[in-house]
Amino acid sequence: MSSAMYERMRVNPKFQELVARRGRFAWTLAAIVLIMFYGFVMVVAFAPQSLGQPIAEGSRWTVGVVVELFMFIFFWVLTAVYVRRANTEFDALSQEVVREAWKENK
Amino acid sequence: MRKIISALGLLSLCTLAVAADAVGATEKQATNWHAIIMFCIFVTLTMGITYWAASRTKSTSDFYTAGGGITGFQNGLAIAGDYMSAATLLGLTAMVYMQGYDGYIYMLCFFAGWPIILFLMAERLRNLGKFTFSDITAYRLDQGKVRTMAAVSSLTVVCFYLIAQMVGAGQLIKLLFGLEYNVAIFAVGILMMVYVTFGGMVATTWVQIIKACMLLAGGSLVMFLAMGHFNFSFTNVLDQAMSVHKLGEKLMHPGSLLADPVTAISLGLGLMFGTAGLPHILMRFFTVTDAKEARKSVLYASGFVAYFFNVIFLMGLTAIIIVGQNPEFFEGGEIGKKLIGGGNMVAMHLAKAVGGDMLLGFLAAVAFATILAVVSGLALAGASAISHDIYARVIKKGTASEAAEIRVSKIATICLGFVAIVLGIAFEKQNIAFMVGLAFGVAAAANFPVLILSMYWKGLTTRGALWGGYGGLVSAVLFVLFSKSVWVDVLGNAAPLFPYTQPALFAMPVAFLLAYLFSKSDSSVRAQSEIEAFDDQYVRAQTGYGAASASNH
Repeated sequence: MSSAMYERMRVNPKFQELVARRGRFAWTLAAIVLIMFYGFVMVVAFAPQSLGQPIAEGSRWTVGVVVELFMFIFFWVLTAVYVRRANTEFDALSQEVVREAWKENK
Repeated sequence: MRKIISALGLLSLCTLAVAADAVGATEKQATNWHAIIMFCIFVTLTMGITYWAASRTKSTSDFYTAGGGITGFQNGLAIAGDYMSAATLLGLTAMVYMQGYDGYIYMLCFFAGWPIILFLMAERLRNLGKFTFSDITAYRLDQGKVRTMAAVSSLTVVCFYLIAQMVGAGQLIKLLFGLEYNVAIFAVGILMMVYVTFGGMVATTWVQIIKACMLLAGGSLVMFLAMGHFNFSFTNVLDQAMSVHKLGEKLMHPGSLLADPVTAISLGLGLMFGTAGLPHILMRFFTVTDAKEARKSVLYASGFVAYFFNVIFLMGLTAIIIVGQNPEFFEGGEIGKKLIGGGNMVAMHLAKAVGGDMLLGFLAAVAFATILAVVSGLALAGASAISHDIYARVIKKGTASEAAEIRVSKIATICLGFVAIVLGIAFEKQNIAFMVGLAFGVAAAANFPVLILSMYWKGLTTRGALWGGYGGLVSAVLFVLFSKSVWVDVLGNAAPLFPYTQPALFAMPVAFLLAYLFSKSDSSVRAQSEIEAFDDQYVRAQTGYGAASASNH
């Protein structure tokens, strides 16, 4: 593939902006998932008792069930948030970068 | 004796977690006609699709990636189908039934890798890859060497996974359908060959989609009917389950399975990054039109997986009361004795209890369909490593015609089918609980590090990739070989040489370290040009410019 095209895209400030913005967003979300998940694994490993406690006096729901259910939903919501932003804002920006590189080509 | 074997089978299944795909020794049951008829309907339907798909499978792109024209929603269903095997349905339900909350923890481990795959990999995979994931690792590195390495580790993963699935299939079908073990193995092997050789990725994808829909519908129906017994109140379920289960209040506490922090972390790493290194899952990212659809695929797939895991959790908990308190499901009609057919039958007994023979037959057919679909996905991934990587790129150096490449992949599929049948028969009596663990371990330690480094680290050179890939492969295999699950349980030695059953925490750093050291110390001219080539690759990974596009049909 034409290296000149890639070179033009790379120097476009919009490309830098795309990479910086999308990278920051993706890594932030990834960090949230990793910290919550491995934090949870640590609690399972070191303080398992705390997960077996009821959420309220007399309730059958335990902290562990609520926390896990929350993570299932929350992680999925994060994927939805990422897909939404990547498929609109970031994709538009990246198409612009490609289009501008084509224009210069002519 | 049987009781001990299946108890041990279940125990090792629990300790390994990833071994959820393994099924312990089982007994042959009475022939189940409802299940056989429903399964025949499934086979007829999928054969029809294969016939239709065969007419649309002409180019290599059709064969490997269904022409890249699968939508995000379809692919999401297919990924979920690839990821949720029969053992997810049977093994994890049984685990919740036996261990309560522990089963739920494992399910979160199986799920948590998906968001990470989306945030860090999905887009770059689609933008850089074409047919197999080695297209990405070999993008700027030495084609011959790197593809050979990737093909070797892919085939290793596929073979271990196939053994687990085939043995599990034989046992399950014996149990659910009342067919002989060998008959079941041949049936699975031959059906798989037909789907893949004639229909390629188009047929495989539709088999996955239909199976995923059946699995989601069947599981949801059983869960819904079972929850009806408790007025749809989770509190009622917990209340009654705790009062009858032998663990009592402890049912909802984390049990002993993850007590050791090293095992817990290693398991979490292995499941998370193993998922991101499974060749048959990675291959699915190339079947969609662009990065946009690839992202959507993960969104749908992870939604279905998360939903279904919660369904299974409820199925397991309700089964504690509905199945566990019904003498009809115990041998000798005595509650607390061994379940008829063994621990893996919990989901099936629950289906029978809430929906009668029809629902039981349906769920059994779903389980068979599930195995067939997963095996087909694996065979296609293995065949493409042989034909696309080894034959077309390494042996023919890119000069092979499309027709020749497809012919090789069909031959490879048939060979893999026979290998799967032979291995399935050879391993019938073996404890294969460690196989899936090994497959995930190799995927996490050999495939994932090289793949992620090639996408993210400019400094990776051919030398580093080879050391990292082979180093990860060898160390993952050795760690499992010397661990309790093989060294003691299979080879019969007194004590394991390596104290942990999960290799990921140890083998992954080995791979990363080797890749780093041997790239950094690589001062060849070739290495220099490889590092320079990263810049172009990076722009393509980010923008998708130059990415393989969908063929026009």
